Amino acid sequence: MSTGTNDLTEPGVWPTVGLVASRELSVRLRSKSTRIATLVLMVIIIGLPVVLKLVTGSASTENVGLTGATASLGTAVQASGQAAGQHLNVTTVSDQARGEQQVRNGKLDALLVANGHGQLVAVVKKTANKGLTSAFTVLAQQAVFSQQITVLGGDPQRVRAAVNDAHITVQSLEPAYKYQTQQLVLGLVAGVLIYLSLLVNGQLVAQGVVEEKSSRVVELLLSAIRPWQLMVGKVLGIGTVGLIQMVVIGAAGIVTGLATGVLTISVSAAASTLAWLVVWYLLGFFMYATAFAGLGALVSRQEEVSGVVTPAMIFVIAGYVLGATVLPTNPANPIIETLSIIPVFAPTLMPMRLSMGGVPGWEAALAVALVLATIPLLVWLAGRIYRNAVLRTGARVRLSQALRAA
Amino acid sequence: MTGGQLEIDTISKRYGDVVALREMTFEVRAGELFGFVGSNGAGKTTAMRIAMGVLAADSGEVRWAGRPVDLRTRRRLGYMPEERGLYPRMRVGEQLVYLARLHGMSAADARRSVDALLDRLGLTQRRDDIAQALSLGNQQRVQLTAALVHEPDGLILDEPFSGLDPVAVDVMSEVLRDRCADGIPVIFSSHQLDLVERLCDRVGIVKDGQMVACGSIDELRSGAPERLLVDAPAAPAGWADGLPGVEVRGRDGTHTMLELRPGADDQQVLRAALDTGPVREFARRRATLTELFRHVVSADGAGSTHGKEMAA
Repeated sequence: MSTGTNDLTEPGVWPTVGLVASRELSVRLRSKSTRIATLVLMVIIIGLPVVLKLVTGSASTENVGLTGATASLGTAVQASGQAAGQHLNVTTVSDQARGEQQVRNGKLDALLVANGHGQLVAVVKKTANKGLTSAFTVLAQQAVFSQQITVLGGDPQRVRAAVNDAHITVQSLEPAYKYQTQQLVLGLVAGVLIYLSLLVNGQLVAQGVVEEKSSRVVELLLSAIRPWQLMVGKVLGIGTVGLIQMVVIGAAGIVTGLATGVLTISVSAAASTLAWLVVWYLLGFFMYATAFAGLGALVSRQEEVSGVVTPAMIFVIAGYVLGATVLPTNPANPIIETLSIIPVFAPTLMPMRLSMGGVPGWEAALAVALVLATIPLLVWLAGRIYRNAVLRTGARVRLSQALRAA
Repeated sequence: MTGGQLEIDTISKRYGDVVALREMTFEVRAGELFGFVGSNGAGKTTAMRIAMGVLAADSGEVRWAGRPVDLRTRRRLGYMPEERGLYPRMRVGEQLVYLARLHGMSAADARRSVDALLDRLGLTQRRDDIAQALSLGNQQRVQLTAALVHEPDGLILDEPFSGLDPVAVDVMSEVLRDRCADGIPVIFSSHQLDLVERLCDRVGIVKDGQMVACGSIDELRSGAPERLLVDAPAAPAGWADGLPGVEVRGRDGTHTMLELRPGADDQQVLRAALDTGPVREFARRRATLTELFRHVVSADGAGSTHGKEMAA
């Protein structure tokens, strides 16, 4: 039997936090819902490039057939396709009937024939897609153009060459970043991942706090360890679970993207996207989860959790929604640029911008620094709320009360 | 023998206008089983929560082995809160190991201790069950295990017997006695006064946040009025009226229960009884804790004169 005078072993401060964190980790990793959620996200993220590949693979090239009467238009059709931004594969068929047969069975997307009046007619199965329609419109306009020039006594060839050469020189005062569609998509995906992860894991932290409160186990725990150790341990433990999810899901997505060829960015760019994703997930999680832990301590029942964390959750949602709606069409929006440096919005907006590219180094560094400075402040504040509220079960503790109490 | 003695020294606590504890003072000595009794809301739980550091006192001090209690010393105490608390979805064995480790035990020691206690309390079969799947009685045993698992140097148990079946009560009593025999102080609160009387070395009675009586049962009895049970089959009603210092407390068939004030002569009572005819039974009745409790708690004010031995 131990004696009252034995060395009163106090485990170090951090080993205790580690114990709390590892309990969270093992409980969450074994929980079915965590595994299912991770799996579902992974399937989505792996499925996305595959689906994109299938969709874009079939839509990128249209097959156009020419008959004997229109065969001379081959070069012009190609050129119109180029002008309209639609890649065309031009073939010649032996006669109109056979061509129509091919349109019917899908070998051709359109068959270009000339009607009795010498006008061009595009024969399609049901409808022509947008790219094809534009290409044919350009083709028809060119034909009319040439005709009119000839009527006016000019040389259509020369006019076309001159028109093609005409351009205006754009002089940029500041170098503009050339955004690539792929990176924009990558940014959106990064945004969704961070957003979902903050939402789900942040909520888990608040629920975990309330679980300990409603089951009253917190009283037993706090007779042995300090409130902040319990709070920080919980945040670290659940944060690690989220980190594992993020790395697994992010890596799966990027590897699939590169493997299917949907992503053609360099491996180093992909790695940096993943690295930034992880950095911003961690920053965002520790900032928000700490706040959620403090807020969660105010209530005693699971049903009250969403009500109490919503005010903080709004910032996560607002950041993501703003980014997802504005950035794809306007990646250099100055308002978003400013917001992405402000700590409450940075965790959702900055990783989107970073994945899209073109973020000046100082902006990225400033955003990180500001969040890093905010976290200790939040830990202190949330720790105070938590300490004062976590042992008060029953009615919801008012925030002002929790902040005031000694 | 441990040197640990738990001292509660003039602890006061108020919630707004409600006084929960008023300068409560008592001590629990090493190797002593201390029963903490009082009506609902008298302040027992508040006092225990303050001793465990989960509630802050407005004034006063809790000392362990002469030093103010801090987290380091608290870690060496075992606690069973009034509101039972376990992780509902965690396996019994795992959460006990976890709790032991939070108290500073190594993983190996924790597992050993958990196995031994589960065996002792007949819970070995429940080791891998999740807590919320257990019956209430078994949950209570697990809760006791949680208080004992880190081999504490003192125990503070809030109503450990409530809701237990008689067998479980016996097991619990035995475990508590064993811990006392190891030389640690044990304090528990209970409303089962017969149990407290049977089990405890000393008892503290709380009323309105104050310790109104504290001592061994005998010490508590010393100031209480004595009772006499007289079986005089031929005695008419009112036979004992008018005897000096004697009050009739009740009549049940041929039995009369009398209360003697200090200094009253029981031989005079016997003579009066014999005057009515035969006396089949004439017995001094030692007050039970229940009677002492009623007596102390029903008395007005805290300045009652009944055998209290307030700890310094």
